[in-house]
Amino acid sequence: MSRLWAWGFLGLMIAFFVIAVPLVGGINFISIRNSQNILVAITPVLLLGLGQTFVIISAGIDLSVGWVMSLASVFAAHAIRSTFNAGVPLPFAAITGFFAAVAVATLVGFVNGVIIAKLKVPAFIVTLGTSFIVRGLGLLFSENTTVIGLPPGIRDYGNESLFYWVGGDNGGFYFLQKPPLSGDALRQLDRILPWPVVITAIVVAIAIFILKRTQFGRHTYAIGGNMQAALRTGIPVDWHIIKLYMLSAATAGIAGFLSTLRFTAGSAVIGDPLLLSSIAAVIIGGVSLFGGAGSIVGTVIGSLIIAVLTTGLVMLNVPAFWQFIVVGVVVIVAVLIDQSRDIIIGRSRFGRGQ
Amino acid sequence: MSTPVLSIRGLTKRFGGLTAVNKVDLDIEAGEVVALLGDNGAGKSTLIKCVSGVHLAEEGDILFEGRPARYATPIEARSEGIETIYQDLALAQNLDVAANIFLGREIKRRYLGGLVNTLDDRTMLEAAKTSLEALDIHFPSLTQPIESLSGGQRQAVAIARAIYWNARLMIMDEPTNNLGVPEQHKVIELIGKLKSQGVPVVLITHTLPDVFAIADRIVVMHRGRKVTEKRTVDTNASELVQYMVGALNDFPVT
Repeated sequence: MSRLWAWGFLGLMIAFFVIAVPLVGGINFISIRNSQNILVAITPVLLLGLGQTFVIISAGIDLSVGWVMSLASVFAAHAIRSTFNAGVPLPFAAITGFFAAVAVATLVGFVNGVIIAKLKVPAFIVTLGTSFIVRGLGLLFSENTTVIGLPPGIRDYGNESLFYWVGGDNGGFYFLQKPPLSGDALRQLDRILPWPVVITAIVVAIAIFILKRTQFGRHTYAIGGNMQAALRTGIPVDWHIIKLYMLSAATAGIAGFLSTLRFTAGSAVIGDPLLLSSIAAVIIGGVSLFGGAGSIVGTVIGSLIIAVLTTGLVMLNVPAFWQFIVVGVVVIVAVLIDQSRDIIIGRSRFGRGQ
Repeated sequence: MSTPVLSIRGLTKRFGGLTAVNKVDLDIEAGEVVALLGDNGAGKSTLIKCVSGVHLAEEGDILFEGRPARYATPIEARSEGIETIYQDLALAQNLDVAANIFLGREIKRRYLGGLVNTLDDRTMLEAAKTSLEALDIHFPSLTQPIESLSGGQRQAVAIARAIYWNARLMIMDEPTNNLGVPEQHKVIELIGKLKSQGVPVVLITHTLPDVFAIADRIVVMHRGRKVTEKRTVDTNASELVQYMVGALNDFPVT
């Protein structure tokens, strides 16, 4: 059980909104619909944060993920559109889009990793530079507009869900199959676990497995904890760092692919605003920027905290710009709490490693 | 005596115009502790780095267990059985004892024909326990990050790691630096354990009490040259200091 306080903070926040939102005339904060909206909202931030978690644990940083996500979104849209127009059935066109998005993203990650690991340029600078390059490439490939004209069926992949719940007298619970409804009944329909959430959950599970249970994860902690020790014990540090940036870019690629499904369009600017949120989520979740400490579960909590906060503030009719102010305060307070707790109980900068 | 574990003949290492190690001969026998003494810049660290694969010597021969030992990297030297324990120990402070002992050489479980491999933490923990017990080292917990351990305990982890991976020559660079007195005693005890298990130890140090506490033989270097080699029982601190500052020299250059 990592980061008890983060769970506590999340719980307190939800409790606050559950009480406060109805007071201003809003709906139930933890209704099915609202909780699912929050989950959908965090998927891109969380996906960007997953790869970032690995990178930051290794004492690196990847500033390119936002634009990598955008580029991947554009590539996915192109791939889906052209394969579908060439007569490929929709599911396979979607799978092609997935691989196109992940492939282009991973390529960027590979370039990042090689420059960082082999040419020893600081990660901050390399990924800052590639983020500009990738931004330009994204606009170039999208011809500075949104890539549209995707098959309409794609929309279902990005928006339909694993379960459905229909309230009211003739309602019920449906699995996979969307109930045929219209009018008022359709408005009663709630989607539970939309596909982007399902896919993100799978990626989260894989990420937890890799970080906690495999040699790759162990070496990631070791590199972040003591680079010299990692080198001296024979860990192939350079290649490991390259793989880390490929992994980070790959999760951003998945985020780009999912955004293309969700909006039935590829956008070269979709990911940019998410970069800082994703880093904020990782930090709130307790990953140390010095490397060596942190967990995937922490990042999931961090993402949830940001999403609950922004959704809750919207439902309280708080003007949008206050969200930024509040998120910023939470990031700083989260790190402050972490540090002061470490001082109080006399620990140094590493938390429990894993 | 039998073949020495390590045999150095006429070793010379230059850095540009500076001759850091100058025609040094040295033999290390099984199960003996040899202290390498000298002032800063005397060349003892450079000598040892030629053995552990950090430097390649220009001239001279190194034989380890009778085989030529010219290692390109420290990793190669380690895989041959020469383990160096540095002052900073090369441990990852954020990982636990077992993770450190197995760092870079983790035991894995294979699934799906090796497609998916997971860390076998249980086996690694058991092996770590066994190797620590063999050295009579006891920690309250093996699953805490080692940053919670004392300096001497971390030394013990580094030594246990070397022993687990079958080190047959242990080089220790200032192992008691930055340690409290009880911790220093613990490290000296550990060196004694290594010796009793037949593992020879080369001890680089400034600390004369350590030398008299544990070393069988003493080699003093001054300005890149070996100036004396004595059995510990045949010398004393003030004599050693004279060798260290260059006032005495058993092998004057002719």
